[in-house]
Amino acid sequence: MNSSVFFGWSTIAYFLAMILYIGHLAFKNKPVGSAATAVTMGGFAFQTMALLLRWKEFAEIGNMGILRGVPLTNLYESLIFFVWCLILSYLVIEFKYRTKSFGAFITPIAGLVLAFIDISGMSKNIQPLVPALQSNWLLAHVMMSFIAYAMFAVSFSTGLMYLITATDDRKDPAYIFWTVMVSVFVIVLAAMGFDYLTFKLSIKGQEDLIKSYLFRASFRSSSFGVSAMSFAVAAAFTFAVWRFAGGLKKIINSFDISAEILDEITYKSIAMGFPIFTLGGLIFGAIWADQAWGKYWTWDPKETWSLITWFFYAFYLHSRLMRGWKGKKVAMVAVIGFVAVIFTYLGVNLLLSGLHSYGSE
Amino acid sequence: MENDKKPVPTPKNLTDRIWDLFASVKLAVVIFSFIALTSIVGTILEQNAEPEKNIKILVKMFHVSHDTAHSVYGVLERLGFSDMYHAWWFVSLLLLFAANLIICSLDRLPRVWKLVREPIRPMSADLIEKTSIKRSIALKGKPAQAKELVQAALREIGFKPKEAAAEEAAGTQLYAETGNYSRLGVYITHLSILVILAGAIIGLFFGFNAFLNLPEGETSSVAYKDRGKEIPLGFDLRCDNFEVAYYNDSDMPKAYKSWLSVYKNGKKVKEQTIVVNDPLTFEGITFYQSSFGLVPNGQDRGIIILRVKSAAGQSQDIQAKVGDTFTIPGTAVQGRIADFSPALSLDQAGKPFTYDEHLKNPAVFIEFSGTGQTTTGWILKRYPQTWNLPSGDRVEFLDYWGIEYTGMQVRKDPGVGIVYLGCIIMAVGLFMSFFMSHRRIWVSVSEDKGGSKIIVGASAHRNRASFEHKVDKLVAILSAGPKGGNK
Ligand code: HEM
Repeated sequence: MNSSVFFGWSTIAYFLAMILYIGHLAFKNKPVGSAATAVTMGGFAFQTMALLLRWKEFAEIGNMGILRGVPLTNLYESLIFFVWCLILSYLVIEFKYRTKSFGAFITPIAGLVLAFIDISGMSKNIQPLVPALQSNWLLAHVMMSFIAYAMFAVSFSTGLMYLITATDDRKDPAYIFWTVMVSVFVIVLAAMGFDYLTFKLSIKGQEDLIKSYLFRASFRSSSFGVSAMSFAVAAAFTFAVWRFAGGLKKIINSFDISAEILDEITYKSIAMGFPIFTLGGLIFGAIWADQAWGKYWTWDPKETWSLITWFFYAFYLHSRLMRGWKGKKVAMVAVIGFVAVIFTYLGVNLLLSGLHSYGSE
Repeated sequence: MENDKKPVPTPKNLTDRIWDLFASVKLAVVIFSFIALTSIVGTILEQNAEPEKNIKILVKMFHVSHDTAHSVYGVLERLGFSDMYHAWWFVSLLLLFAANLIICSLDRLPRVWKLVREPIRPMSADLIEKTSIKRSIALKGKPAQAKELVQAALREIGFKPKEAAAEEAAGTQLYAETGNYSRLGVYITHLSILVILAGAIIGLFFGFNAFLNLPEGETSSVAYKDRGKEIPLGFDLRCDNFEVAYYNDSDMPKAYKSWLSVYKNGKKVKEQTIVVNDPLTFEGITFYQSSFGLVPNGQDRGIIILRVKSAAGQSQDIQAKVGDTFTIPGTAVQGRIADFSPALSLDQAGKPFTYDEHLKNPAVFIEFSGTGQTTTGWILKRYPQTWNLPSGDRVEFLDYWGIEYTGMQVRKDPGVGIVYLGCIIMAVGLFMSFFMSHRRIWVSVSEDKGGSKIIVGASAHRNRASFEHKVDKLVAILSAGPKGGNK
């Protein structure tokens, strides 16, 4: 049996769980809630199997030994591991705080990421490790970074939910912040969807999509009309979200979850993620660089962005200590922090390396 | 947790004000933002690159004309952004950050130190009422009996209780604390940042980063800095051999390997093979495998190393060049090395051709004669099945030696140990900060309506919720009574 079969089953399970969680939110029906949890756990079990199998396949292909043959070397593998960490943290929160309300938010992220991997035709090939990656530090470094990213993802969603429940005045900067934030996320995803549909035939792979075609079907279109239209639609959409998103507050308030718990989970997940990121992401990364290249710090874009992310979260931890910053302002810092995480993870490889390479244009 | 604004009734002098500024978390947050934001610019512009490269980046990003980009870049360059992590203002930002950290910690340490060192004291009943976690229960037994129960329960949840007579009513108070040192976690974390900065500075002043491209068979007593400046090593390093190993049948490199020897005063003192992630260190200088390449115009340096074996089992090692001939020992067979290819492949028609100038798949073309008929064939280093000749003799292609160099990063950094020490301190500090807390608990036991009344007050400076669970466990143990009875 190969790993992709199990991955397929876990994708289906997460989508099913999403439907059940939403049903649970809507009808407050207990058996539906239990079924949602059971299906999520089933999906998690499948995914765990899949990860272990892939690990075995990987280690055998390069005959590198279990500790070195960690399947965390490309976008495909790292996204899958990210989803695994995310579901694990979600399950922990569900049991610890006895609330199923996040399920409806987290399972779709998991399902979407897995489906995105399939649709985008991202390379699933197992590539043997180039010499620089053959280090025992790779396992600790990459794994801990992703565990921390998953923690930060949780704090992002609870921080956002906190902002939604805590603001309704349309002139409140915090309200403007989160509505614009949500709009930008939706717009960027939609624009990328358009790029994908438009250039489907000429795109060679996931990275190519972002490196050469990003926003080419909308904002960066060669036709001025299309590009102007895109900006107009984006602005109109943002305005509509800003005007009408207040209704979301009612939905979240109907959950069995309070603003204090949201704030607490945001802090707790950062308080877990920060030390793990410091140790695994920065320190182990530096040790590995030191052994591989003889420099523990070179200010290359990936390292620098990790450091920027680290400063954002240090900012978060310290801003809680300042008078008047509890609550909304701190939640905004948590949300921005995750934007830095996304950039560190994806942006550096896809955007900056595109910028720094010659060719195109 | 404290906040920053203190009431300021009396006018302060300048030193006090500067001290207060540097002791504030607000400044820290401002500095965090500055470092983060300026660093972003540094990741967009390529550092230490040709100006033209960054001008192109600006054009690409902002869709401006080349001239505009040129003048914008001119301004950025004058501000030091082309090498920003070494620019005076960035270094000043780091120093400001360090000063902020030192003064802020010094400002708060005495108060925290007191909390850590002063042992917990019994507390009056009305203060117990004010703690953040409160519970009260009534037990049936006499206070003396209840007291023992409480002591056992406290021990069970990990405390070592002390005892004092309660101030007010007849009764006793048991009190205990754990994790008082965890309050220092934050300061240990902050200290670790300073240690790491110190290590980095020592490395900057007393170490160097250089490189050395050493061809097979050559020896060097120096390494080179960026602009070709020589740095004496204090010993001689020789590259005995270099090789790239590939994954099975592919051109995907699996390992880069250099065989190195260290000579001191002409005597060999050390011999080691290095690969990526496994360097050689001698007298504080470390050599990292980082790249490799061909010696320019080196073809005539190359030596083909063969091991020829007759069918009868006689064997001989041979070093030869293209055009040379050799004899298979004990036979009349003569081989002439007619051609060499660094990377041999077959085209669609099955005709051999060279697809790369690097030694990806080295092969020699040999003409055998001497037994009447002439046979020819390619012998490939990576494919031992090509080594057997129809006659039963064997020509093993061991190496093509002398035209590759190994590229090494050469480093001396006396600060790296201090940086690592700082990392360890940081791990410890973060663990103490986030996963431990100073927990205090007071339990007063007094007589009440023939039974005992027990009041519990407790506080934790962090993770209150999880301590609350512990306290609930304590209450549950007490309610269950001695060994489950006494209900
Ligand atoms: C990037 C560098 C820094 C890191 C990683 C760091 C780390 C931390 C951590 C982990 C905490 C505990 C936070 C919590 O309880 O949630 C903390 C608290 C604190 N930090 Fe920092 N810190 C840094 C820089 C600074 C600077 C420059 C200052 C100077 C003002 C500062 C002042 C404080 C203060 C006053 C506290 C609160 C102490 C308390 O709760 O008693 N930190 N820091």
